[in-house]
Amino acid sequence: MSTIWFMIVAVMVAIYVLLDGFDIGAGAVHLIIARNDTERRTILRAIGPVWDGNEVWLLAAGGTLYFAFPLLYASSFSGFYLPLIIVLWLLMLRGIGIEFRSHIHDSLWTSFFDVIFSIASILLAIFFGAALGNVVRGVPLNADGYFFEPLWTNFRAGTNNGILDWYTVIMGVVALVTLVVHGSLYVATKTEGDLNTRARRVAFALWPVEILLTVVSLAATLLVRPGILTNFSKWPIGYLIPVVVVGSLVYLLIALRQKNDKGAFLASCGYIVGMLVGAAFALYPMVLPASTDPNLSLTIYNTAAGAHGLSVGFVWWTLGMVLAFTYFVFIYRMFRGKVQVEEGEGSHGY
Amino acid sequence: MESALLIHRLQFAFTVTYHYLFPQLTMGLAPLIVILKTLALRTKDETYDKAARFWAKIFGINFAIGVVTGIPMEFQFGTNWSHFSRFAGGVIGQTLAMEGCFAFFLESTFLGLFLYGEKRLSKSMHWFAAFMVFVGSWASGYFIVATDAWMQNPVGYYKAADGSLQLASFWALVLNPWAWLQYTHTMSGAVITGAFVMAAVGAFYLLGNRHVEQARIFVRVGVIVGLIFAVLQLFPTGDWAGKMVAQKQPVTLAAMEALFDTQNGAPLVIIGQPDMAARKIDNPILVPKMLSFLTYRRWNAQVKGLNEVPERDWPQNIPLLYFSYHIMVGLGTLFIAVMGIAALLLWRQKLYQARWLLWLLMLMFPLPYLANTAGWMTAEMGRQPWLVYGLMRTEEGFSKMVSAGNGWFTFLGFAGMYSLLSVLFLFLVRREIEHGPEPVNVPELPKSGRLNPVEVR
Repeated sequence: MSTIWFMIVAVMVAIYVLLDGFDIGAGAVHLIIARNDTERRTILRAIGPVWDGNEVWLLAAGGTLYFAFPLLYASSFSGFYLPLIIVLWLLMLRGIGIEFRSHIHDSLWTSFFDVIFSIASILLAIFFGAALGNVVRGVPLNADGYFFEPLWTNFRAGTNNGILDWYTVIMGVVALVTLVVHGSLYVATKTEGDLNTRARRVAFALWPVEILLTVVSLAATLLVRPGILTNFSKWPIGYLIPVVVVGSLVYLLIALRQKNDKGAFLASCGYIVGMLVGAAFALYPMVLPASTDPNLSLTIYNTAAGAHGLSVGFVWWTLGMVLAFTYFVFIYRMFRGKVQVEEGEGSHGY
Repeated sequence: MESALLIHRLQFAFTVTYHYLFPQLTMGLAPLIVILKTLALRTKDETYDKAARFWAKIFGINFAIGVVTGIPMEFQFGTNWSHFSRFAGGVIGQTLAMEGCFAFFLESTFLGLFLYGEKRLSKSMHWFAAFMVFVGSWASGYFIVATDAWMQNPVGYYKAADGSLQLASFWALVLNPWAWLQYTHTMSGAVITGAFVMAAVGAFYLLGNRHVEQARIFVRVGVIVGLIFAVLQLFPTGDWAGKMVAQKQPVTLAAMEALFDTQNGAPLVIIGQPDMAARKIDNPILVPKMLSFLTYRRWNAQVKGLNEVPERDWPQNIPLLYFSYHIMVGLGTLFIAVMGIAALLLWRQKLYQARWLLWLLMLMFPLPYLANTAGWMTAEMGRQPWLVYGLMRTEEGFSKMVSAGNGWFTFLGFAGMYSLLSVLFLFLVRREIEHGPEPVNVPELPKSGRLNPVEVR
């Protein structure tokens, strides 16, 4: 049962990254690809009706983590205290940047919120990547299963860990580039004309960077955690994951050349899912490795909630997900297609 | 350690109190918007649709701030209260995760449809979207109240070998009697906020002789709904809540009333300041035997005083608890009186001309916020010194690894962030109110809809 919940939490996190990833990515590039107010509003409209729902996946994943693995939730949230609170602030700034920008048509007001939205999105991508990097690298757990990391210490990936060190910074950059590509492709699928061309050009330019960073991050991970590949030899089905990652990257380029934005966006989804599933697969059954003493690592076994709670939860969770998927299909169909902004329209909305 | 505990408590108290200023209005306005949409469907009168659209804008701004200040609440269980989460997460993680799965998805989806989909939906589908926003926000309220109710009255758990609590009965957790009583009281309080705000905006327009048609709708709906729920707030829901506290947390009741000694025929204190050193109430105005009657329906029933339990089991801040409770009850009584008079004048068709009462309605809108805040302070401070009543003390639950210095850093950051949010919020809401609803009887031009500007093909 705890293995099932491990997969469920991993899948929910992956869905969160796919969905909120594209609006974070769109936020990170919108100052570059959108050159005037109309274009910026077009981007906001592409993500406007869905960003809140996307962010709910973070809450749902957090809530599920809380009830399925209470000790993991308690330990990681208090240990990653500083970056999590900073992430909260960034999420707030981004939320008001999206929602309040177009309430007033004044270039000072809108450019203020454009910059807020952009900076918050960029930092969020980096922090999320660094967070994943911390989980893979391991944290200095004590015998009670707790730890605390300052923002940085000596930038070495040893046992005196800070949130940021050379390894997690690399992972932050990987996340930023990945989400920028992801967000640009989403913008490309939702727009026409210049905006569409520029969005595609960003993805095109970053494609080789994404490949390079994938290789660098893999090499860095092997350096930091030499034993990370053991699960792959244990369960050879895991070799499907690199196939998916490479396949997605190749198809991404093909689709971009054919100007097939939807295909390219799906390829980016495949790449992200492959990378995240790969990380989860490699860690299993660990959920938070200890950088101090491997025996102190948190696993799905020593952090899971009671058996009754987990099986009851499975029933309502399934029901909740069926409902959530229904809503999602509904709203994405409702707001499908390209986004347009008419000039001289009322001051509300995006 | 002591100062770290203090800062963790302070941060949670600050963020949760600030957060609840927003959901109480959205949960309160949601049913009122459904009423306006229903009237629009029934009467086919555009005025109601325009009224609903105006309130949807206020709702949207509130909702956005409610969302961004709500995310920290779920995070802080882990970041600031990790020992509590480890201890109780196996049980209350259920209700919190259910809120995410059942309420948030529903709410965010249908709010998107409601705010941006009016042109693409049929009238009845748009009504349905409004209705589902109401259902979602009220479901969300239930899961949160059920979580708090479990901390007040832990049920359906067993103690595992590692000392943590785990779920034994799902239905006991979800149908906790404390949850149902507290829920009705909380939601009724939220509707009072919504009704007072709606009536206040209506009164503001009437006094300035603007948007008169719409303003009368706002005042009428606000007063009728406000009176109904102000009464429900006292009886039966407030009465239930009081009896529940008397039964499950007698110390809390004694502290709320500052009843130092057990008494037969205990009086109800209307005015007076508790003197903790002398264990008496200064300049008291009392209603003899009333507390006994209200609690047990017998004039001479015995009510347990604080002297029954050792001082270390008393709530730590009895004067503040006492005042929170008395402010809540006092304001609740005032609400019934004002809304009662307003409803009477409405019935006699004199309300719209009674400028003194419109002034009162306009100026009173902050009071339900105070009453709701005071009510939550009563519930949460009344539970002290326990985090989970009878099972875990507050000083055992915070994140021991997070130092006071880091706590101050984030607390001050939240304070700054929320100051910014307050300024933005007041600025934007004032603009909406200044702009007002769309004028009545002017034919609506296509694409002039201010509310549904997302033109998606």
